[in-house]
Amino acid sequence: MTLGFYPGCSLKGSSREYSESVLAVSKAFDINLEEIKDWNCCGATAAHNMNKELSLALPARILSLAEKQGLTEIVVPCAACYSRLTVTKHELSKDATLKAAVTEANGLEYTGSVSVLNIVQFLDKYITPNLENRVVKPFDHKVACYYGCLLVRPHEILKFDREEDPQSLDVLMLKAGATPIDWAFKTECCGAGLSVSRTSSVGRLSGKIIGDAKDRGAVAVIVACPMCHSNLDMRRDAINSYLGEKIDIPVLYITQAIGLALGLDRKALGLQRHFVKVTV
Amino acid sequence: MAEFEPKIVAFVCNWCTYAGADLTGTSRIKYASNVRIIRFPCTGRIDYMLLLKAFDEGADGIIVSGCHPNDCHYTSGNFHARRRWIMFRSLCDFTGINTERIKFSWVSAAEGAKWAAIVNATVTSIRELGPYTEYKKVAKYPEKEVTHG
Amino acid sequence: MSKIGVFVCHCGENISATVDCAKVAETAGNYDGVAFSVDYKYMCSDPGQNLIKSAIKEKGLTGVVVASCSPRMHEPTFRKACAEAGLNPFMCEMANLREHCSWVHEKGEATTEKAIDLVRILVEKVKYNHSLNEIKVPVTKTALVIGGGIAGIQASLDIANTGHKVILIEKDPSIGGHMSQLSETFPTLDCSQCILTPRMVEVAQHPNITLYTYAELESLEGFIGNFKAKIRRKSKSIDEKLCTGCGQCTTKCPVKKIPSEFNEGLGKRTAIYVPFPQAVPNKPVIDRINCTYYIKGKCKVCEIVCPTKAIRFDQEDQIMEVEVGAIVIATGFTVKQPDFFPEYGYGKYPDVITGLQFERLASASGPTLGEIRRPSDDKVPEKIVFLACAGSRDPAKGIPYCSKICCMYIAKHAMLYQHKVHGGKSYVFYMDIRAGGKQYEEFVRRAIEDDGVNYVRGRVSRIYEKNGKLIVNGVDTLLNAMPVEIEADMVVLATAGIANEGAEELAQKLHISYDPYKFFAEAHPKLKPVETNTAGIFLAGACQAPRDIPESVAMASGAAVKVAGLFSQDELTREPIIAVVNRQAPPVYSSCVGCFLCVSACPYQAIEKEEIKNRNGELIKLIAKVNPGLCQGCGTCVAFCRTKSIDIQGYTHEQMYTEVMALLNEY
Repeated sequence: MTLGFYPGCSLKGSSREYSESVLAVSKAFDINLEEIKDWNCCGATAAHNMNKELSLALPARILSLAEKQGLTEIVVPCAACYSRLTVTKHELSKDATLKAAVTEANGLEYTGSVSVLNIVQFLDKYITPNLENRVVKPFDHKVACYYGCLLVRPHEILKFDREEDPQSLDVLMLKAGATPIDWAFKTECCGAGLSVSRTSSVGRLSGKIIGDAKDRGAVAVIVACPMCHSNLDMRRDAINSYLGEKIDIPVLYITQAIGLALGLDRKALGLQRHFVKVTV
Repeated sequence: MAEFEPKIVAFVCNWCTYAGADLTGTSRIKYASNVRIIRFPCTGRIDYMLLLKAFDEGADGIIVSGCHPNDCHYTSGNFHARRRWIMFRSLCDFTGINTERIKFSWVSAAEGAKWAAIVNATVTSIRELGPYTEYKKVAKYPEKEVTHG
Repeated sequence: MSKIGVFVCHCGENISATVDCAKVAETAGNYDGVAFSVDYKYMCSDPGQNLIKSAIKEKGLTGVVVASCSPRMHEPTFRKACAEAGLNPFMCEMANLREHCSWVHEKGEATTEKAIDLVRILVEKVKYNHSLNEIKVPVTKTALVIGGGIAGIQASLDIANTGHKVILIEKDPSIGGHMSQLSETFPTLDCSQCILTPRMVEVAQHPNITLYTYAELESLEGFIGNFKAKIRRKSKSIDEKLCTGCGQCTTKCPVKKIPSEFNEGLGKRTAIYVPFPQAVPNKPVIDRINCTYYIKGKCKVCEIVCPTKAIRFDQEDQIMEVEVGAIVIATGFTVKQPDFFPEYGYGKYPDVITGLQFERLASASGPTLGEIRRPSDDKVPEKIVFLACAGSRDPAKGIPYCSKICCMYIAKHAMLYQHKVHGGKSYVFYMDIRAGGKQYEEFVRRAIEDDGVNYVRGRVSRIYEKNGKLIVNGVDTLLNAMPVEIEADMVVLATAGIANEGAEELAQKLHISYDPYKFFAEAHPKLKPVETNTAGIFLAGACQAPRDIPESVAMASGAAVKVAGLFSQDELTREPIIAVVNRQAPPVYSSCVGCFLCVSACPYQAIEKEEIKNRNGELIKLIAKVNPGLCQGCGTCVAFCRTKSIDIQGYTHEQMYTEVMALLNEY
């Protein structure tokens, strides 16, 4: 079976391991993820602050290309891309004038027929039904599932999981054999776009997240967003200096954790690419 | 030649607009005398066939007015009237009746000045439109065959 | 042939200054069917009225048009005059020559022309008027009060004290409602139980009040003055006549770990229980869901220990039918339940509690006997945080409204905490302090200034537990949106007051409307705050919107006065301006085709379905029928009817079309 695939910039750059693990898990279930040809930037994180029409035209172009390619369902692993694509669909569905303007700007037909799946929705729909049978090495660890801000917000538009104390990643990890901890930082801010400009703020914000995960006994943090991952993983030095202690619990993408439970090759899952060594 | 004096019929509810027009009187606010008020218990009672009847009988303009939304004495009659007006307006557009000749508004029992303003504005705009002779051409009713709706 | 009298009034000079009254009378006198036409200086004066009366008698008038002021002013006067002269009062109409003509136009021909038109319209209309009789409806002088909280108690006592019978039903085993759960009341800090329990006892002992606890409304039919209510008396599993309330059964019951509803889950109760020591009636009920006998078929300890043999395991629910003339709804409110605030951990952390739970902790009759101890480990909290607007004023939570009582009770809670825990620190996170009410603002100031409660203006984003403390993350918007983190021992959420579960179903049973939040809707937001849009059904207390005690009591007394006013008459008289469905001779019976669009149009549920049957009882036709007790005469159904089968008396099709045609024929 074939589904559309929109990697976005992160999955081609700083979070290649996310892309690798998504593809590896899909392959294990005989799902072919077909990349959208000639795809462009989704406009996150800046476009919607600058120009509304542009911020919708960029994702609309991606969706138009997917339509043109005959795809009906596309998998969008990056939470920011998922958010932009879904918001665009929502905005264009309720404003015909905007839709016309965007279509004209792109020079591509847009009907809004393509459905957008975030990573959890993809896993739930195509992987979870057979997951428990296929687990060979249960991910038997205490894990902290961290959703970040974009996966579940704004709820009025995404209508995915619940805004406060979401559960979908926890349920997936439970099926992969893990014990998710109950904690309060699932949707707290990691520092997001300040990663480059204000590393110390990221250290403080992400530090609270990592610190609490560790205090509650988690041995790994599970994420579904490249930005969360880079802040929690790449900025570990800043985090540790904020916390004043050395915390070495690794941060795994949900697909990496599931890949491990499926017994996939560690290298195929890109685990060697992390800053914090993956020991689990 | 004397200025055209339009014939305007106002269909109003007893509780808000009729009382509002009473207040215009007690406040001694002057307005054009080209309007004749017909009192209904509620705008919800107004069968819009009556509006067509009024045009048929030679009215040049019509005002329909009741309580503001949520203020209806009977809770929801004005909502029915409003919804009916939306339907009726498209019907008018479809059949060629000029909806500019019908002024639909809300006047509360406290809005005496507003009533005077609405009457004056309607008289002015209908005066500009001139006598409504086209209606007979549009409707082509057989003379006096239709009486009670 | 009609004989109509036209009476044109000068109203001193109010009309005659701009209208040529003599010309109006003269013109009207020439209309077909007008037998008498006259103008007079003051038509409403005695001589003026006598003029009308003698004309009716001498000329045998069949209809009267008085052209004077607004009918909203003098219609009753002139209709009464007509009735005194033997003419049906509904054969009298008024043309409004003053407010709608002489006062608003300049003197001139056009104004007199308008006056003539206005008279002509009514002359033609009155030809189609029919004699109508006022509607008389008998009144059953018993009131049904639903809900035994403070509002229901007050309404019952007030009605009962006017000498009328009251049936009070309460769904719980005891009356008292939320007020009985409260510790002290703002702004006086008097003990809630101390002021309430005497009222509860009074209800139980009042000769005019019949109290049914553990009872709910099953169904309702009828209309003002004549309701028939079915009441379900849920089985208490005891014989109330035999039970003395000695308490042997509740002491010996082996099932002792059921969370007590009265203590908001902070205390425990047994399976056979009295909700609280001051309960009225002070007799137990068996909670069948938790009772061992009903679960496993054996135990019966209560039956063994009962000295009067009052336990009845096989008792069944009883359905009782009562006839009442008026209903007061006082079903109160509830608060948002757990898992509504995942971000605050309510339901997850035992020390995050609701305001109502705090009331129980602060209450001398509560599970801690009035000491503030936190539920998790019974320790006295050294730092406590109160969150105002937990859910309220938050459209994202679906509750955009203000719950109104929280600002005050939070100030009270913080104050009680400071009084009871010396050296304790309390914080209140708030959006605004809404302390409108007598002595309310002063009360809040006292909490802040005298008792040292720390008020922080800002909201809380998250609460989580760490090392046995509740970490409260908030913001202080008065300090440039500075993040605030407090390590608290206990957190109290002022959870939004919401409509009771089942409010919707109750409203449907009663045919009353409710707002988007399922609070019952009053008939008019300003002038009819205790009436509903169904005549004879009244509202009291927090079932209409969040209300504090003084407001609930005031509303209850207001509703009681409305009921007493209704009961002061043996028969209700109403204007016959109501809708009627036409009836015709067989085989048509009525032009109504039974589409029942009118039913959907009617805001009063006044239209019923009537079966027309032949002699053998077989159904021939189903047509609409208007219940004259419920119809308020708006006429919305008339405009809906596709076959013109329903018409409204006083504003019939004939009358309205005649008015339009009479106006324009000569306009």
